[in-house]
Amino acid sequence: MIDFTFTEEQEMFRKAAREFAEIQVAPKVAEMEETGEVCDEVVKALGEAEMMALTIPEEYGGLGLGYTARLIALEEISKVSVGTAMMLQVFALGIEPIIKFGTEEQKKKYLPALAKGKRLASTAVTEATGGSDPTGIRTSYRKEGNDYILNGRKCFITNSHIADTITTLAKDDENPKAFSTFILEKGMEGFKPTHKEHKLGMRGCNTGELAIENCRVPAKNLVGGEGKGMRVALGAIGDVGRGGMVGCALGLQAACLEASVTFANERILYGKPISNLQAIQNKLAQMKIDLEAGRLLGYRAAAIQDKGGRSSNEFAVAKYFTTEAAQKAAKMALDIHGGYGCMEEYAVSRYLRDSFVLGPSAGTSDIMKVIIARWVLS
Amino acid sequence: MMKIVVCVKAVPDPQQACNIRIDPVTKTLMRCEVPLVLNPLDKNAMQAALDLKEQFDAHITALSMGPPDAEGIVRECLALGADQGILLSDRAFAGADAYATAYTLATAIAKIGPVHVIFCGMASSDGSTEWVGPEIASFLDLPVVTMVEEIVECRSLQWKVKASLAHGYRLMQVQLPAVFTVTRELNTPRALVFSGIIKARKKSIVRWGIDDLGVPAEAVGLKGSPTIVSKLTTTQSKREVNILTGTREEKATQLLQKLVDSGVV
Repeated sequence: MIDFTFTEEQEMFRKAAREFAEIQVAPKVAEMEETGEVCDEVVKALGEAEMMALTIPEEYGGLGLGYTARLIALEEISKVSVGTAMMLQVFALGIEPIIKFGTEEQKKKYLPALAKGKRLASTAVTEATGGSDPTGIRTSYRKEGNDYILNGRKCFITNSHIADTITTLAKDDENPKAFSTFILEKGMEGFKPTHKEHKLGMRGCNTGELAIENCRVPAKNLVGGEGKGMRVALGAIGDVGRGGMVGCALGLQAACLEASVTFANERILYGKPISNLQAIQNKLAQMKIDLEAGRLLGYRAAAIQDKGGRSSNEFAVAKYFTTEAAQKAAKMALDIHGGYGCMEEYAVSRYLRDSFVLGPSAGTSDIMKVIIARWVLS
Repeated sequence: MMKIVVCVKAVPDPQQACNIRIDPVTKTLMRCEVPLVLNPLDKNAMQAALDLKEQFDAHITALSMGPPDAEGIVRECLALGADQGILLSDRAFAGADAYATAYTLATAIAKIGPVHVIFCGMASSDGSTEWVGPEIASFLDLPVVTMVEEIVECRSLQWKVKASLAHGYRLMQVQLPAVFTVTRELNTPRALVFSGIIKARKKSIVRWGIDDLGVPAEAVGLKGSPTIVSKLTTTQSKREVNILTGTREEKATQLLQKLVDSGVV
């Protein structure tokens, strides 16, 4: 028997996340848009509201709530600020390799502080030469005694300048087919954030470069064993990365629809609200159809993930559908708002900019189709 | 241990006020059409209890009367930090006015046993009578302070509270047990957190019906409600724009005359 309803507890999670976003995040959105910088108060509030603890097991100071609860939280936060949801989604992406593949020592060392938001996480895979195809990366490591020496440059890294704990993929200097994942920590000699990006959207969510120059990393920071790095990185990106983007996209879809309904009921044309016009109703109906379909895809994938199943393909479908739908929804929302939609004081202009950042994050739509086609053909 | 009861009510979501309709025949709110939420001022009442629990050894009971759907708001109180939840739910309780509601709640409080403090929101966002708190006090023969905006002293059984008035405030000294209705100025309600929701899994909600309270059917619900809503009308507000012409002095004179004519000055 399939039950498509949320439990009473899940509805309460949604309420908690919504209240958090409306009370703690919404007042800071204008500032984040204006400056493009991370708002420290929002990051602190995320920690206090236990948002970083959702997927971390209880024995390491987390809540152990799993991925459906995470998707609910991301959707609600994204309704208010896609940038904040993106920041939170990548915290989890940085944490996941430690949860799934970390040693007991690593879990005890890192997870409790990450759960409280006292330390912030990220993951660093993408480089100029490889992102969706991580085999193309050039960041390398070589063993020297009990340590590893890393060299390279990572780009388009979310939370690059604020993260304390960054799970980083590197290639064996001597064997280009071997990859390993290391935990790099802020302040390590030879490791620093450099250039900050100025993105089209998701302002207030930090993205930038990481420079790694002869950075000495102790062997105890190796995650999942030497040569197992690709499994570690892709294991996190496939499920948690794509799943997080689905949460961000669903929130944006819902925000576009809500703003459009409000505006269409208020804007009078030909003596009536424009919501009476069939052309507008058509757009609203399409947005609703896409939102409902996206939710079914996303929450189904999260349910599989919660049961311990492999959900990366299901999330590829959901990621493709929801991020494409979010772009369409933002365009339709802007169209419904007419000239007002082009004005910064209306949130829909932000929605449109944010929607274009959703697609490339955690793999473009074209890459999702490549993955889905492989799944179909396998 | 300080025993606290917080009376909470499930009300139609005020954010969806435009969708709230009144049944023209029964003259009651059509509650099923809008989701039920915790009455906003009851959140302040809950927070007052939680603040006390942080200072003293205290036990909080969230008490509500309503349809089975109201269990959600009792569960929310447990997630916020209440230790126990009681929902008074029975078809016999339906249609209660403030008097019958207060009687039913007071009977339940008496059944709970000795309590030190009873908190209520000053008013509900739907009925807004402000009567339930004082009427509970009356049924239980307890002192009551309405519109409490600050608990000044609470270290003994002799409390000092500041309560608002239209153009000032009252500083009251009250002997516990007592009933307090609170305003939004009293505190800032804490938001739900995920760990609180998880802790609520282990807390129970007791459901009491008319037989559990042992009250006659004539005393509760619609039968026990003396209030008669004889007529309902919708209010209409109209605006009229008049453009004054002439010199500045002439326009001032015209404006003054209009204000006098309309009884404003």
